[in-house]
Amino acid sequence: MIPVAFDYLRPASVDEAVAALADGGEDAKVLAGGQSLIPVLRLRLSAPSLLVDLGGVAQLRGVREEGDALSIGAMTTHDEVASSPLVRRHAPLLAAMAATIGDRQVRHRGTLGGSLSHADPAADMPAAAAALEARYVLAGPSGRRVVSAADFAVDLFTTALADDEVLVEIQVPKMDGWGSHYEKFHRMVQAWAIVGVAAMVRRTDGVIESARVTLTNMGPTALRATAVEQALAGCAADRAAIEEACSVAAEGTSPIDDLTASAEYRRHLARVLAGRAVAAAAGV
Amino acid sequence: MSSTAKITVTVDGDQYIDTVEARTLLVHYLRETIGKVGTVIGCDTSNCGSCTVLMSTADEPARSVKSCSVLAVQADGATVTTVEGLAAPDGSLHPVQRAFHEMHGLQCGYCTPGMIMSAIDLLRENPDPTDEEIRDGLSGNLCRCTGYQNIVRAVRAAAGEEVAP
Repeated sequence: MIPVAFDYLRPASVDEAVAALADGGEDAKVLAGGQSLIPVLRLRLSAPSLLVDLGGVAQLRGVREEGDALSIGAMTTHDEVASSPLVRRHAPLLAAMAATIGDRQVRHRGTLGGSLSHADPAADMPAAAAALEARYVLAGPSGRRVVSAADFAVDLFTTALADDEVLVEIQVPKMDGWGSHYEKFHRMVQAWAIVGVAAMVRRTDGVIESARVTLTNMGPTALRATAVEQALAGCAADRAAIEEACSVAAEGTSPIDDLTASAEYRRHLARVLAGRAVAAAAGV
Repeated sequence: MSSTAKITVTVDGDQYIDTVEARTLLVHYLRETIGKVGTVIGCDTSNCGSCTVLMSTADEPARSVKSCSVLAVQADGATVTTVEGLAAPDGSLHPVQRAFHEMHGLQCGYCTPGMIMSAIDLLRENPDPTDEEIRDGLSGNLCRCTGYQNIVRAVRAAAGEEVAP
């Protein structure tokens, strides 16, 4: 189908984009890579009065090293994130997860900032950002503010972004020395995750010192599996101990029942995939 | 602010300057405004990849995109290659087109333009892919005849050839 008509602006700077959103009111929408938004427009599930296209804001693109963190421009594509030598070295979880999104064509256009701002519960990037404890830089009419991944994700398709704010940058702490792995369960490569589990593990000899485990599509936002993280701290890095610790992976989750899977099956998947993801991240 | 915009796009080597509605999808612009009907619409849900073209903006290399999931206004200033821009001026086929012909990499032929563009994009990045890498690289393209065996053979046959359009 053809989208409902809308006005279109392609600002050249973040300030211009923020001003355009402020003028456009609540029916204005930001267009990033468009790989979620354009299909939604085409189905006429959304009919914004104005699209503010960030594609012309060159400074929003690319990966920079800033001390003990990486700064990733919000308009950096999934393909660029997946292939960035800096991301692969200092945040390999993010690179690996970006490489599982959609297909090549989608990764060429879709962006990290767009995916995080869209906040689809089945999207992979929010779970990556939560595991990495990323910080989000938001630009608005009164300047910039920084929010944590936990505070950014508010609810289903809802973030801390105000109508006149733009996500401009994602700061990812370098996680050198941590092992990481993402287990994504889906029926075919293009499909959304039915459940995904991201794991990061720091181990000393045979013991897991600390771990972070996050869940995709087990609730309205990406969730931190805190019960698993606590059970893993000080746990022996062997398969049986890890599986035991991961048996609580569904605690505190609220997965949906839908055509692809029941809530009970999703809880089962969370436990099994958490065991696999943590074992792989721990190198066992 | 306007619901129309003037765009300048280079498609298959020719430059076009047109005023388009902002809501115009790139695939509709290619087919209906400039007549590049070799690029087809298969699913209208962003799944099938039949409408895949190569697109490069500024100084970036050409990359595969689904032209149903790009607005024509987003292609302003871009260079686009469709399946119609692959053959040489004398009509001789591009190596990937030739491989699809020789390996019978098509049945009904509807997915073929997109498959060929995706294969070129894959071979640009990985000139000698394994069968597994070919299947993964073409996962954004569906063949409803399920003719995948010969499609993979065709891509393998074209591997190692110069594929830049």
